Amino acid sequence: MSVMPVVLWTDGLVFLLLALIGAFVLYASRHEHMRAPWRRVVRSRVGVATIVVLGFYVVVGLLDTVHFRLALDRQGDNGAETRYSPEVLSLLDLALSGLRERQEKTYSAPFATHLFVKEAIEQPDGTLLRDYPRLEYGGAHLEDPARQRGFDIAWRAAWGALQGLVIWVVLAAGILWLIARSRGETSAATRAAILAGRTPIPWRTALIMLGIMLVLSAIAGELALKYHILGTDKVGEDVFYQTLKSIRTGLLIGTLTTLVMLPAAVLLGIMAGYFRGWVDDVIQYLYTTLNSIPGVLLIAAAILLLQVYMSNHADDFASLVERADLRLLFLVLILGVTSWTGLCRLLRGEALKLREVDYVQASTALGVGHFTLIGRHILPNVMHIVLITLVLDFSGLVLAEAVLSYINIGVDPTMNSWGNMINSARLELARDPVVWWSLTAAFVFMFALVLAANLFADVVRDAFDPRLKGAR
Amino acid sequence: MTAYIIRRLIYAIPILIGVNLITFVLFFVVNAPDDMARMHLGEKRVTEEAIQTWKQEHGYDRPLLYNPDASGLGRFTETIFFEKSIRLFVFDFGSSDNGRDIGYDISQRMWPSLAIAIPVLLVGLAFNISYALFIVFFRATYVDIGSVVLLVAMMSISGLFYIIGGQFLLGKLFHLVPISGYDTGVEAWKFLILPVIVGVIGGIGAGTRWYRTLFLEEISKDYVRTARAKGLSERRVLFRHVLQNALIPILTGVVVVLPLLFMGSLISESFFGIPGLGSYTIDAINSQDFAIVRSMVFLGAVLYIVGLILTDISYTLVDPRVRLQP
Repeated sequence: MSVMPVVLWTDGLVFLLLALIGAFVLYASRHEHMRAPWRRVVRSRVGVATIVVLGFYVVVGLLDTVHFRLALDRQGDNGAETRYSPEVLSLLDLALSGLRERQEKTYSAPFATHLFVKEAIEQPDGTLLRDYPRLEYGGAHLEDPARQRGFDIAWRAAWGALQGLVIWVVLAAGILWLIARSRGETSAATRAAILAGRTPIPWRTALIMLGIMLVLSAIAGELALKYHILGTDKVGEDVFYQTLKSIRTGLLIGTLTTLVMLPAAVLLGIMAGYFRGWVDDVIQYLYTTLNSIPGVLLIAAAILLLQVYMSNHADDFASLVERADLRLLFLVLILGVTSWTGLCRLLRGEALKLREVDYVQASTALGVGHFTLIGRHILPNVMHIVLITLVLDFSGLVLAEAVLSYINIGVDPTMNSWGNMINSARLELARDPVVWWSLTAAFVFMFALVLAANLFADVVRDAFDPRLKGAR
Repeated sequence: MTAYIIRRLIYAIPILIGVNLITFVLFFVVNAPDDMARMHLGEKRVTEEAIQTWKQEHGYDRPLLYNPDASGLGRFTETIFFEKSIRLFVFDFGSSDNGRDIGYDISQRMWPSLAIAIPVLLVGLAFNISYALFIVFFRATYVDIGSVVLLVAMMSISGLFYIIGGQFLLGKLFHLVPISGYDTGVEAWKFLILPVIVGVIGGIGAGTRWYRTLFLEEISKDYVRTARAKGLSERRVLFRHVLQNALIPILTGVVVVLPLLFMGSLISESFFGIPGLGSYTIDAINSQDFAIVRSMVFLGAVLYIVGLILTDISYTLVDPRVRLQP
């Protein structure tokens, strides 16, 4: 099957981010002072457990970042130009195509076999009956749902758990073999060490966490084949699919915002602290001014203007996906504008201190140029602050997305995001019985991500800034 | 002292000019008034005439910066920049895009905002400080560890869920308080209880954690060791010495947000249907009323700067080590 790759703006930035992380890993692995704190991170139990959880989110997010358009037909073989579907898909869509395509009419509860609202159903004898109709896909394989459903769910869950366990055993055996080889021990000795928790890196915790996540994903995957495990929303879309798609939005806002603000914050912050004088005054004036505008209002103003622009230039956007993507990019940029001041101020303070340090004074005396000096002596010494800020800001930004989408100044309404899920679901709380599943799904997935990110951030901060140790 | 305050006020002027310029550029240069008119009048088929009338009604029909048709000073005063931006400096907000007087609306809607924001601040402060002291008193025990886990978990929940959960539990399940709405006078209290509770609970995670950090930092200092060595009880050390010294950063942290309390809380006000400045802003954003958003941006900036100045002054009042230097 031929495909046409599509690189959206945000995809490009994600790839750039990955390249930067790769370069950073390469750099850090060659410098002992960078390696040591990371060693502290992976040697903490909380650290490895959160890395595993975050890893699952990142994999889903990355799968959702590789976009392409599928070929419509096979005409391409006989010389004619291949035509591509106008729909932009991602690898995740492809993997979840079952979920994406199995649309019901409207709301249905998790694991339901019947719709949530009554409809007039035509009986075989021609009379109309108002009842809850069967779902088109959810539990459609059952002949008598009332009797079979419980057993079917339990059986499928057990089967899914077994699959997850098998995958886990294979992975764990592979990891075990690798550790044993690097330690130069027999597998049995390594296994005993891990089971007793005697390895420097807490592999036992990591493997248990990996096992839990794999089993949960396998159960969910197996059940999702036949049921809507988190129900369906107003237009009958699977909520589980929506919340998985929202992961990319959340991760993107959390990481790209810091990425786009980084150059300005680092450059201006260091310049202000290093050059002092009028440069310092100008930069301080700049960030005080920007800081004094309330962040939400600046974002609101900017998004309003974008809306005006978009409604006046509706023809400039090829597809809804591109339009939503551009809005996401714009949101990331404007969030960056409102949040760079904190880092800038921190870096200014640090640069002020560093320029008085002996080795910097010595370099100045030896006639090293300003920018060489900044690049060689100051920048490496503030990297840990940049890193800590990046990790600390992440969870706040994920939460901010939800709030902004709630007041309609967040991501595009057509884009899957937790904020949009909450926004569309909250009105349904007034219904009786309550439609609770969209909110619950968004809550659980967001909570797990933000909690993992918060805990991970604490570990990273403690590792890089030992002065704060214990004062969490 | 007076000279210091005056100097700080003079420093604030260029910042306000900067804010004013930014809002002017955002609202009038990036998007011409024509675009605004087109959007309000409804997208595509809008006649040039209709746009001109709309602009005239709302006072957007002047040139941006320089009016060659006017005479004398009028060349500069009869422009959008002067009428819409400069007037903000004297808090003359003009009228909103649907014709209401913004200044009057703000003065009316300020009170419901304060009625929520002040109790949330005070109750939250009292609770968070007491809880943090409690944790620090039992530091390095299971009380400490359990509390820290709880606080991190509470921090990881979006504020939206606190509101939705509060409305659902107290309002719908137990029917204790109305879900949303507002009333004037004394009757307002039953509408205020839920937003205040939700506001306090939502702030516990981050607030208590921050105070715990402050107390722990303070408790490892030399004077605390001296106090202990003199034979003071742990309770006395904590409440008399640690609390008093940790109050300095706490106080200055509170002072900086004081003026911004006027702005209200965007989310909870619109959720609970409280006619404060927060919901005013949200409504303006949703109905794309640029005049109100612009006024609120400027007002927010002014209040923030006032907060900064108050912080500096309060520092000098509570901490004699800080000198009044520029």
